[in-house]
Amino acid sequence: MTHSTMPTGPVISVDNLSIGFRGKAGHMLPVLRNISLDVHQGESIGLVGESGSGKSTLALAMMGYLKTGLRVLNGDVSFEGQKMFSQNRATLESIRGGRLALIPQNSGQSLTPTLRIGAQIQEALKLHSAQPSETFGARVIELLSQVRLPDPASIVERFPHELSGGQQQRVAIAMALAGEPEALLLDEPTTGLDVTTQAHILELLRDLARDTGMAMVYVSHDLGAIARVCDRVAVMYAGEVALEGSARQVLRDPSHPYARGLLASIPKLSDICLPRALDGRPPTPGGAGQGCAFVSRCAIASDVCSRSRPDLALQPSGARSRCHHVDKVHEIPLFGDREVGKRALSDETSLSLKDLAISYVRPSLWSKLAGREDTSVATVEGINFALRRGETLGLVGESGSGKSTILKTIAGLLPPLSGEVAAHGGAPLPSKVEKRDSTELRQIQMIFQNPDESLNPRQTIGQILAQPLTLYFGLSGQALTEKTIQLLDQVRLGGHYIDRLPSQLSGGEKQRVAVARAFAAEPDLVLCDEITSALDVSVQAAVLELLDDLRRQKNTSYVFVSHDLAVVRALSDRVAVLYQGRLCEIGPTRAVYGATSHPYTEVLLGAVLEPDPDFTPELSASDVVELAPPTQGCPFQRRCPKRIGNICDTVAPPIRESGNGHMIWCHIEEL
Amino acid sequence: MTPSTTFQRPRRIARLGTVFVDIIVRPSGAIGLTLVIAHLVLALIAPFVVPYDFTEMNATLVMAPPSSLHLLGTDHLGRDTLARTLMGGREAILVTGIATPLAVMWGGLVGIFFGLAGGKLDEVLMRIVDAFLSLPWILKMLVLIVTFGTGIEVLIPTLAFFYGIPVIRIARAATHDVVARDFVQAARARGHSKITIIRQELLPNVRDALLVEGAMRWSWMLLAFSSLSFLGFGVSPPTPDWGLMIADARGFMSFSPLGVLAPMVGLSSLIIGINLTADALAKALGIDRAQKAPV
Repeated sequence: MTHSTMPTGPVISVDNLSIGFRGKAGHMLPVLRNISLDVHQGESIGLVGESGSGKSTLALAMMGYLKTGLRVLNGDVSFEGQKMFSQNRATLESIRGGRLALIPQNSGQSLTPTLRIGAQIQEALKLHSAQPSETFGARVIELLSQVRLPDPASIVERFPHELSGGQQQRVAIAMALAGEPEALLLDEPTTGLDVTTQAHILELLRDLARDTGMAMVYVSHDLGAIARVCDRVAVMYAGEVALEGSARQVLRDPSHPYARGLLASIPKLSDICLPRALDGRPPTPGGAGQGCAFVSRCAIASDVCSRSRPDLALQPSGARSRCHHVDKVHEIPLFGDREVGKRALSDETSLSLKDLAISYVRPSLWSKLAGREDTSVATVEGINFALRRGETLGLVGESGSGKSTILKTIAGLLPPLSGEVAAHGGAPLPSKVEKRDSTELRQIQMIFQNPDESLNPRQTIGQILAQPLTLYFGLSGQALTEKTIQLLDQVRLGGHYIDRLPSQLSGGEKQRVAVARAFAAEPDLVLCDEITSALDVSVQAAVLELLDDLRRQKNTSYVFVSHDLAVVRALSDRVAVLYQGRLCEIGPTRAVYGATSHPYTEVLLGAVLEPDPDFTPELSASDVVELAPPTQGCPFQRRCPKRIGNICDTVAPPIRESGNGHMIWCHIEEL
Repeated sequence: MTPSTTFQRPRRIARLGTVFVDIIVRPSGAIGLTLVIAHLVLALIAPFVVPYDFTEMNATLVMAPPSSLHLLGTDHLGRDTLARTLMGGREAILVTGIATPLAVMWGGLVGIFFGLAGGKLDEVLMRIVDAFLSLPWILKMLVLIVTFGTGIEVLIPTLAFFYGIPVIRIARAATHDVVARDFVQAARARGHSKITIIRQELLPNVRDALLVEGAMRWSWMLLAFSSLSFLGFGVSPPTPDWGLMIADARGFMSFSPLGVLAPMVGLSSLIIGINLTADALAKALGIDRAQKAPV
């Protein structure tokens, strides 16, 4: 670390800051309450919390920026001793982007699509660099190498859309570094990136913080990412700092009930149990009352908690915790205790896929007439697996691996190029959903990734649930209403939701409605397409619990698609790993996550982050994103860290079987 | 396969209520709606309140300035300008009031069909629509009107036909947006029939765009109708009409400006009113409304 120009005070100092907006009734509703936080040079501090906890608002306030409608109620933020909310516009503009830089969540969208990368970075230099403009060209290359982009000279000439998501994020980081900032604010910088890409970006940020000595504020909902990058962590809840301390204090044995609940709700690779859900939901702005904001969800709350708001008090350990019962907090467990897998599975087949190949490329009429042969490579190829009644199969892989494509084909939304889908070991299902009969349709239901998209915003919850009930069972009138309420109870929502619109529900509640809609059909098989990735971790844990309950009650099979290996592990009996639409490995969960696995599985597992400051991910392969599978040989040939030679490029890998259905497609013989 | 009516009805009414409140709390909506309603009421009661018969000529008082007898003066034939201005909107409002819903309906249906059909068919048909839109509207309409005559029975279908074409674009775009969304895919995967998907999933989401588009089309249509009258192809004299009045009075504008000004104020206040209401309606129905965070 460069300690040569160490200033005396903190770089950013937040002093008793409260921010709020005027509600419909006219009073001010706080979104941040009495935040005090110092960020020193060379320090990286993580702000964690679920959506709505105020973490992004706090990060933006550190730049002296408030979203429209928000107002400072009291307190101030200072950057290097300058009070940000009393600066004029010109001063703020000179600080922002230069000495205090922000890296937003979706940097692909924040880059100008019509400007070459070099020109965009030069623009940042023009605004914030004191160097003469002749040096900019060289400085751009220097910045691009600093963020470890391969071949910076060619990247300069490219447009944003020619880069992958991870590369775009690196360019955004390079632009932020252009002004040689003293502090860097990162707002969910790796959310939406693939696991391996995320792991690489985090390593880069770690090294940058160490080499440049700048202060970093890292906003994220992902405790794994925070653990990797931050020295100190502040856990935010309902606009307050609930717990603040060193990464080890907060992530190992936190002394606040919410932080413990949050930690327990994260699925971990090291833990075979389902994560523990955190019931209830945080108070709305202004709804926290006079007591502790967490009181309604807290396992150890007592009378005093609803009467008076605890202070953020210094603990003997050095952490600061906003809790009345710090002495009792360690009773709250940090791990889940519900083991999955212990279910009796019947031998009945629920679903079988045979030699499934899917392509998005349709040969045009002209090339068909001309008798031209189709030379395109199918997006998905050679998919074979069977699923027993009541069994859960996890499908994992990075984005573009064809996971969702396979689900769409099973559902009949996307006809395959060849191969067949059969249910109950019977005859193959018609490939188009329109040709399937009512029973075939009813037996397979699908739940989509984002409930905002999959629930019609114009229909009430009652109307949404009525659709499958009237379609498959012809229910109407009183019987329909009764069944709807029963379904709502089953997903723990309650009958009073029947007249609400989706927009009046939280993300988790909406996804429960989507689950209820799927189960309304009394299906044998439910296809789950990344159904928890749009949800907060505590909500995700609750949805996973719900899915586990339902499959126990109804003996339903799931095909569970996710990019999150820990989530898949928590729920699945068997796991299939996909790369570029080809199977790499399939087998019982324990075996796939065990010692012998496909090199790609190893790469994926190595990149998974654990919410533990001492955990180091193993990065073996590059994070280059491939857009199309190779025409021959092993699909993973170009990125494989264990490549054995030419054979990988030319010959399709053989299947290595090691009993109990564990299969690996690889040339390496020892597998 | 109708969804239960028990919890459908009250919601729809409640939603209309909230949309109405959302319109009138906005300044643009309050002003616009007041203007539109004032015009509609005036058009209804005009025959009973006008001080003179609008055809009554007075050769001794030609192009008179405002007086206590003729508040807005008289025109070149000595007819009362106030009476003619108050009566001048009736025909325009009637014709466009019928033609607008017709235009939205046929344009909306065709647009939804194009949007659903997609692919090559949609591409080809949309180019035809584009070609139609690229012709100046007044030319297209004059051709029809000259061929079939200028009666109301020709004007309404003509306006409805030509003003339905831009609606196709809007309906198609809105349909494209909705069809790609997961709730339509979910309905397909469940195996609902095409009709059910259109009625339950598509229409409620396209309807808002069509409503706003209808309001905008109405104001354009009024302008077109007045322009036709101005050119002598709309209302036949002596029926008063704003466009016709402006055409008649424009030669005398320099010494009797009220003859042009009064119908102009009438026409523009109605069009501005409709536009302001359409703006407020669009905001009240706003696409982001459905996704607003639960607070």
